[in-house]
Amino acid sequence: MENLVEVKDVSFTYDVRPVLQRINMTVPRGKVVTIMGLSGCGKTTLLRLIAGWLKPTAGEVRVAGRATHELTHDEIYEMRRKMGMLFQFGALFTDMSVFDNVAFPLREHTGLPESMIRDLVMMKLHAVGLRGVHRRMPAELSGGMQRRVALARAIALDPLLIMYDEPFTALDPISFSAIGHVIRRLNDTLGATSIVVTHDVQETLPIVDYVYFMSDGAVVAQGTPDDIRNSREPFVHQFVWGEIDGPMAFHYPGAPYREELRLEPAHG
Amino acid sequence: MVERAVRGLRVVGHRVVNSVWRLGYASRFFSLTLLKSATSFRRFHLTIKEIYFTGVLSLIIIIVSGLFVGMVLGLQGYETLQKYGSAEAVGTLVALSLTRELGPVVAALLFASRAGSAMTAEIGLMKATEQIAAMEMMAVDPIARVIGPRFWGGVISMPLLAAMFSAVGVFGGYLITVVLIGVDEGAFWSQMQNAVDFRQDIVNGVIKSVVFGVAVTAIALFEGYDAPPTAEGVSGATTRTVVTSSLAILGLDFVLTAFMFRGA
Amino acid sequence: MERTVLDLWVGVFVAAGIAALMVLALKVGNASTTFNMGETYRLTADFDNIGGLKVRAPVKSAGVVVGRVDDIQFDNERFKARVVMKIDRRYQFPKDTAVSILTSGLLGEQYVGLDAGGDSATLKDGETFKITQGAVVLEKLISQFLYNRAAEGGAK
Repeated sequence: MENLVEVKDVSFTYDVRPVLQRINMTVPRGKVVTIMGLSGCGKTTLLRLIAGWLKPTAGEVRVAGRATHELTHDEIYEMRRKMGMLFQFGALFTDMSVFDNVAFPLREHTGLPESMIRDLVMMKLHAVGLRGVHRRMPAELSGGMQRRVALARAIALDPLLIMYDEPFTALDPISFSAIGHVIRRLNDTLGATSIVVTHDVQETLPIVDYVYFMSDGAVVAQGTPDDIRNSREPFVHQFVWGEIDGPMAFHYPGAPYREELRLEPAHG
Repeated sequence: MVERAVRGLRVVGHRVVNSVWRLGYASRFFSLTLLKSATSFRRFHLTIKEIYFTGVLSLIIIIVSGLFVGMVLGLQGYETLQKYGSAEAVGTLVALSLTRELGPVVAALLFASRAGSAMTAEIGLMKATEQIAAMEMMAVDPIARVIGPRFWGGVISMPLLAAMFSAVGVFGGYLITVVLIGVDEGAFWSQMQNAVDFRQDIVNGVIKSVVFGVAVTAIALFEGYDAPPTAEGVSGATTRTVVTSSLAILGLDFVLTAFMFRGA
Repeated sequence: MERTVLDLWVGVFVAAGIAALMVLALKVGNASTTFNMGETYRLTADFDNIGGLKVRAPVKSAGVVVGRVDDIQFDNERFKARVVMKIDRRYQFPKDTAVSILTSGLLGEQYVGLDAGGDSATLKDGETFKITQGAVVLEKLISQFLYNRAAEGGAK
């Protein structure tokens, strides 16, 4: 089995609003794949489809060879035990200490003795470099540290697939590179596969193996980081080099500017 | 004109459809909570933790309010009854009003504003900060793990709190009328015991408080779970919890009273 | 918080709640008398009028509660009220005991009073009191009084 995740012709409609349109994507085992695009282009929806949280309106999502929409509730839960997900702002349980947060999936799913859980938690916290804060509450940590703790929690059960939902949002540059470094290292040492959803192009390109570009619910470009850097595609070019205007207009469509400011009489 | 009427009807229709939909969603949520409550009892320490947050932390407000309500009942009751020369009946008055009505109702109202609102805010924030989603992603069912223990914690706490409210209230009435005013102690207790019936008054009061406990906790948890994940969403849900559960308590109280004390 | 501390607090809370319930049941309510009655037997009595007597009203003899009213029915053949009482097994009453419906105080609750007679045979479970005196109805009393006064006036 070469590809851990295969997304085939997937469309998804929320109520009547189409969010994803005929998406095709493969995530090979052991690789770090990133999905880039502007906010609201359906990246998070795509992650939820992969996790079996949402069911595609058309097409299918295969994880380790099995179509998620054919799985029962229990089978989806079984599948998710082999997945870890890092949420945008960590989503740590605020009423538990750092230690209990990381221990949470272990206690819920393994039934291991408390002494062994302690060792495992310490190992996971060590992997993200935060063994020293295990007694603290999440509120006492900085945003970057919270996210690293959340990452330790996400890898507590040694997942096959780790998904990152905007892991770099609102981080200072040092936390930023720390997280990026950890993502790459965890992927290689755990032998896992990673999907990183982000819009931070420059910082993400060095750590990933393959890039998908999404816009308005469709894949518009893909390739290795080098392909992307050298891409002539106007959209990718605009995105990578952060140009204000291009195929993606800076202005959200609206009434003509002069009219809005009442510089000329309205029609009629 | 016609257009306007049509638009008005459409608004009404939309509202009705929305509220029916919400009611259905709430019922589904409630039945899921009941179905998945095995976790709350198999891992009872989760429920114990919630009894602590809903019950133990509400103790002070319940005891203080109960004492004052009982003392006021004693004062007012004495004031009125002594005009008819039956000041000893004040014990009956205090005990009956507390066990039948004020105990369950006032304790439930306090519980709704103290514990119910906290529950809604907590669940709403857990949802807004994606903690609920994170749990779901870790293959842990949030209804079984988060909602269930809170529900049972509230349902267990409520009758105990109501009983304490009534007991402390009777003590407050005793303090004012017997100790302070000097009503005969023997008459106070014996008249009370003659009038208050164990099944008719006390058991019915406990049944009421259990029903209120279920209603308040279910409303609080649903509002929290259904809250839009924003600051306004959570604060609006908290307000709705207090308003809805207060109305539910008073409405249910009327229905239960009508069934329990009909004609007897 | 430590789990043991939490358990302790919750334990205290539950114990206090149950204690409050016990206080309500035993000190405030009549559970003590209800439970203490233990073994009972049933006696019935027919009355012309029971006034405001209610189920669970006390049955007293010489001022002591000896039982409670268990059931009140209307006998459609003789047009009388049939009152079933549960009497404590410890107390036996002679066959010629007089039963009356009395009121405690001027406006108080109504109860059943038993005045023991001199018969040596006692009433057994399910038997009926023969001598009964129904509730006093105020309106009847007044009209009787007025009638008597009118009769006296006529005689003069």
